[in-house]
Order: sequence, then structure tokens, then C-alpha cells
Amino acid sequence: MSYPVRKFDAVIVGAGGAGLRAALQLSEAGCKVAVLSKVFPTRSHTVAAQGGVGAALANMGDDSWHWHMYDTVKGSDWLGDQDAIEFMCREAPKSVIELEHFGMPFDRNENGSVYQRPFGGHMQNFGAGPPSQRSCCAADRTGHAMLHTLYQRNVRSNTHFFVEWMALDLIRDESGQAVGVTAMEMETGDVVIFHSKAVLFATGGAGRVYASSTNAFINTGDGLGIVSRAGIPLEDMEFWQFHPTGVSGAGVLITEGVRGEGGYLLNKDGERFMERYAPNAKDLASRDVVARAMATEIKDGRGCGDESDHVLLKLDHLGEELIESKLPGIREIAKKFANVDPAKDPIPVVPTCHYMMGGIPTNYRGEVVSPAGDNKEAIVPGLFAAGECACASVHGANRLGTNSLTDLLVFGKSSGNSTVKFLKENASHKDLPRDAGELTRERLDRLNSQTNGESVAEVSAALRQTMQKNCGVFRFPELLENGVAEIKDVEQRVMRTEISDKSKVFNTARIEALELDNLIEVAMASLVSAEARTESRGAHDRADYAERDDQNWLKHSLWFKEGNRLDYKPVHMDPLTAETIEPKVRTY
Amino acid sequence: MLFRIYRYDPDKDAKPYTKEYELELGSTDRMLLDALTRIKEMDDSLSLRRSCREGVCGSDAMNINGKNGLACITPLAELKSPVELRPLPGLPVIRDLIVDMSQFFKQYHSVKPYLVNEDPAPDTERLQSPKDREQLDGLYECILCACCSTSCPSFWWNPDKFVGPAGLLQAYRFLADTRDQSTSERLDNLEDPYRLFRCHSIMNCVDVCPKGLNPTKAIGKIKDMLVKRMV
Repeated sequence: MSYPVRKFDAVIVGAGGAGLRAALQLSEAGCKVAVLSKVFPTRSHTVAAQGGVGAALANMGDDSWHWHMYDTVKGSDWLGDQDAIEFMCREAPKSVIELEHFGMPFDRNENGSVYQRPFGGHMQNFGAGPPSQRSCCAADRTGHAMLHTLYQRNVRSNTHFFVEWMALDLIRDESGQAVGVTAMEMETGDVVIFHSKAVLFATGGAGRVYASSTNAFINTGDGLGIVSRAGIPLEDMEFWQFHPTGVSGAGVLITEGVRGEGGYLLNKDGERFMERYAPNAKDLASRDVVARAMATEIKDGRGCGDESDHVLLKLDHLGEELIESKLPGIREIAKKFANVDPAKDPIPVVPTCHYMMGGIPTNYRGEVVSPAGDNKEAIVPGLFAAGECACASVHGANRLGTNSLTDLLVFGKSSGNSTVKFLKENASHKDLPRDAGELTRERLDRLNSQTNGESVAEVSAALRQTMQKNCGVFRFPELLENGVAEIKDVEQRVMRTEISDKSKVFNTARIEALELDNLIEVAMASLVSAEARTESRGAHDRADYAERDDQNWLKHSLWFKEGNRLDYKPVHMDPLTAETIEPKVRTY
Repeated sequence: MLFRIYRYDPDKDAKPYTKEYELELGSTDRMLLDALTRIKEMDDSLSLRRSCREGVCGSDAMNINGKNGLACITPLAELKSPVELRPLPGLPVIRDLIVDMSQFFKQYHSVKPYLVNEDPAPDTERLQSPKDREQLDGLYECILCACCSTSCPSFWWNPDKFVGPAGLLQAYRFLADTRDQSTSERLDNLEDPYRLFRCHSIMNCVDVCPKGLNPTKAIGKIKDMLVKRMV
């Protein structure tokens, strides 16, 4: 017996910033779209973004999208595709203005324009400086304000949401075209086939592969697991961003906006150590640079506290008034999770897994691309992706702060537009393949009938420890090798997980087991890609290959689940209209 | 620490019951959600919603020792043992600590929670002075956790007719926005014996809001606007 079928023009999986922005394009174009989300849309992880969205509005002084583009290419350590980066930086101001028109409660300047704060790696004059104030913000709750604004706009557009539905598998027909997904309604446990002409993934990140992460519980890389099971590779998965300032012990994020507003880092000697590592940008260097500097201070015995395991983020000198108006959220977080009032005392912080630069390979229009024959970037018909789950690639080997919100606004919209165009050109549904839903049925049957298996909690913990121990800020050849071996063992255990709860009704044990099926693909892709890349670039820092190697490694990794194999494709060095930014030594 | 948790799975339980869990707290167990996560590792059938674990997504609202709050920002050290956990009051229970929030969101949607401005969109942002923008502080930060509405007796008795504190806070968020042009329609929409006026300023909402917001004050301001409009 096959699953019941519901028909839509398009299915969007995920209702965070990217999914909601894409959904608007489809709803407003009159398409019949179903937006599936594991959580009520305003609970998506975009809600946790704090510091701002990057766009060269030039409200605070000179700025241009060319400078933003330069900073993003340099920030990416030249692994970003320059056509996609140009597109994002050029479109960013329009996207932010549009969001303001939707009602976003941005902070304001005296003249009524949107307030912008400095952020790491954002400079004027093609990197020469001084720092550019480019981050448009709503206090330190920018993601919350943005997510709610986008949801509200979708309420106005009558977007059809399926709340607390978890997508399980992608359905492709014989030609490889995406024709729908299977999804489970969490409240009832019922599985339905969503038959559509187009599928758009906006499932966000997968930071839950690490034991210590700023990410929400829901960030389990569902879109990545789903497409990799359907034969599509994952791109640049070795590149994970460790945010410099996660609250020590708790992992909760403290925005880079704290340093943007004038805060700085101290080691146990009270030294402002970033001056040694980045003489110009100091505490506002790129995140990979700051995270490495912190990890080095801790490694060399200059960490703070009884265990010498963290450094301090000082901001009391900014004054209570500024903290209360510009950084009220982090004051609340510091009080709750670090037991300090930052208006009086510094916050203990450590680099913490924060963002996945890699993801589902797309072009700058949000179309998913995958190797076919000689073409490394053949478009997969009917399949689109945007936001953190996608790899366009604008972040390359390291993302600049503020560019994740820019990414989801710009590419949410462009992928939505590409989907609308695809629907116009493809008026009818392609038939579902005969075996549609079979993979999902096998997975669910296996889970329901498993005996003598291990608990999901145990195996998930093993997965997170494997990543944390072997694939961190600094990477060592023996650890990477060890990590690949260990994760292969974890993979076997994932195939034998057992849940004791077999209820149909809101079975979160089953949901967590299904999420683990996605996390394992992400972890495997990350370790295998990291072990193979014998250079240091951006967030991938190898002890045995300390330098960037453009001769051999100016290329994107592609990991395939089938055969656990790697392929590579060239970086796009040609922008759309601007001049190529040639690789050079990266200093801040 | 002893936890007494409301349990009910309509798939197998004839009626709700309370289950006790004894948990040895470790050094990393700071918040109630940390403890619940560990209890779930022991008993995977315990169902609750949770996501951001830092008090911004609004998923893990529940009734904690008789008071609504978010598990992820409720320190264990501040809780009296045994810790009594129940689903949010006044909404239908789906399972264990998970309630059906349809009615809550229906009321939120009923206030047309989006900016209305029919002027042609300018090329730049619509200007707003810092002072005007300040009017939105204490309003836009709502995380829709429903702690307030489900602590409000007026919402318990008339969840289909009374908008409730969360929805009214958002209604005022748009009334207070200088960019919004829909003031009179918004007030028309609330001028009703139930939708707004069932609020009797009991202020349970203010007492429980995990974000420190004040729906009663916002409701008062809407009432003021209605009065001013009449004279």
C-alpha cells in the first residue's frame, strides 16, 4: 500500500528566513505552494541571529557593494564563487530595503535611516580600511525581528503552511527530476507524499553534529541528509565556522556585534591579545582568525578560569546605557547562562561550532547543480535550495558575520524567483515513479521493528563526540584519519538504533531517530572531505599543511554518499560584471 | 532532584497520569531543559517541544511548579523539589507537555499582524526617528510562547472570542508603528465586548512573560486609543 498523495505546484521544506523569503515569491506569484516545517515558523533558528544583516546601504559613511564583495571574497579565503558573491552583495541593499518595507523594526539613526554597526572583516576601500559600518540591525535581536517580519508578511500573503511536518525523503523520477517529497505529520505520525513540480530546500544548518554548538536542537541538516540519500553530492563540508564567542560551558551565542560596538577579548594576563594576531582589524578580524587566536591562547596556557579553558569578552567600558539600548539580549543571556552582568564583568567565552559553510550545491539562482557526464554543474530539474543548507557558494572557506542573513534574504528570493520561472515553463506534474515513498517506508519499518538496537541518544552522543574531538578549530592528520574510522563505526550503529516509544502521536523519539539519519550524512561528508583536503584555508586549518595551496586546492569538494567518494569542481573566479578579485595572502 | 511530570498519550492512555523521575543533577545541568533532556534519554517516550535552548524561539513553554515559563531559561537552582511539570493550561493537550496551539495562533492571526502601508514603496527605507522606533520596544520582542495567554483567566473562558494578551500585544505593536496606515481598521477590529474588553487587568500575563514584556500596558494603550477616537 502506498502513501496518500497531495498535489502542489511547489513544496518548500523549511520555514526559516530563506524558506519564508522564497515562499513569499511563490505565494505572491499565485503558485500553489506547501511550506513544510518541523516547528512553527517563528521557532526556526533564524530567530537566534543577533548582530545584523550586511548590506552596503552607506547610511553611516561611504560604502559600496564592490567593497562588500571584496570583503566577502577575502573572508572566504578565495573559495567563494565570485559570480554568486557579486550577486549577493549587489542585491543586498535592495533586499534589506524591501524587508524594511515589510515592517522590519530596524534601529534608526537621527535622520530616520537604518542604523548600521561595524562587524568583523567588513572594511572600506577594498580591505584597506577603516572598518565599514555595514551591519543593519534591530538591537541584538536582528534574526528574531527578521523572522517574525517575514512570517507576518506570509500571513498577509496567505501562504499555506504545514506546521510540525518533517520532510523525510526526496522523490526523483527516472530522469532525475525532483517530483516531490515524503513527509510525516508529527501530531499523527501519518506519512504523505507531496507530489509537486518543484521542491525547494531551506532546511538551515546542521551544527548539532558537534557536541558544543550555538545551534538549536532542530539544526540537524535534514535537507542535506535527504538530498545525499537521493544521489546529490554535498559541497565543501569540511568548512565549519567556529564562532569566537560562545558562552563557555553553555555554547549559547554572544554576537560579534559586541566587538562591533567596541568590546574586546582578553587573556588571563589581561592582554588584548588580538592586537598580536591581527594588528589592523584586531578584534574585528574574520571569525576563523579570531577563533584560532583564542584557541592558541588557551592551548599555550593563557586561558582564564580554574581550567584555563576560556578567554574573556570585555564590554563594561561601553557603559550600561549603550549595552541596554544596543545589546540588551546578550546582557540577558550573559546573566542567565554565565552568571555575569556584562555591564560590570567580562563574559567567559570559547570558540563554538556555529555555521556550516558547505551544503547542497547550487548556482547563484538557487538551482541545485550536480555532476552529470562532463558537466560538473548540471542543473537538477525541479530542485532548488537556499540559505544555510545551500552552498552557492558565497561563504567559501569562512563566512563573514552578517552575511548569513544577507544570504538567506537574497538567495531566498532568487531561488523563489527561479522556482516561479520553472513552474511557468513546466505546466504539468511529472508522474511519480513506481517506487515513490519506498525509501521512507523502509526507514520507518526498520525503526519500528528494530530489536536489540542502541538508543538514539547514545549513538547521537557518539557522533557529536567524534566530530568535536577530530574535526575542530585545529585539524591534525591522525585525528582526521581516526575521525573517518570512528564515524564509519557510528554509521553502522545509526543503522541499528532502537526506540522504545512506538506511539503514533507526536513521537519525538521517532523524530530524533530520523534526524540522526541526516546528521550521520553530514558528519561523514565533513570528516571525509576534511581528511582529503591537504591545505589550510579559512576555517579548515591543518597542522601538517599550514599554508593555503591555490595550485592544488582552489576547488570545491563534492562528497557523494554512494561509495563514500569525493569529486571536485573549479571555483568560479569570474564575477558577473565586476573584475576578478585575484587570490593573495590574507591578513587582517 | 525529583520531577513529577504530567503524562498522557492518547494512543495508549485512557487518561492522564503523573510520572515521577528522580535525577541526580550534574555540573552541566543548569536549566530545567537540561534536566528534561536527560530524563528523555532515560525515557524516550516523554514528549515536549524544544529548540533554541536560549529563550528566543518560544518552543518549550510549560507550567512549572504552578507558573508558566520556558524550561530552557528556568534555572534548576531556583526550583523547589519536587518539580511539578504540566502542559500550558487552557489549551487541549496533544500529548504529555505538548499542547495544541491552534487557537492561540488563530487569535494572533486575527489582529492582522503585519505592516499595512499602501503608499508606493520608495527606493529607500521609510524613515522613522529613533524616538518613534522606540515605541516598538517592549512589543516586537514577543516570542509567541503563549505563557501569557494561557495564564489569563479571560483567555481560558473565551479562547475563541478574546484575543488574549499575546495577540493584543502584537495588535498594539502595529498600532504603535509610525509606518503603519491601518489604525482605524485595527481599532474597529478590536472594538468589541470580547476581543479587547475581556481583559480585566489581572496582570498574570506580565507576571509570567519570560521576556519581561507588559501586555497589560499595551492593552491599556489600545483602550486609550479607542477612547480618544470617540471624543
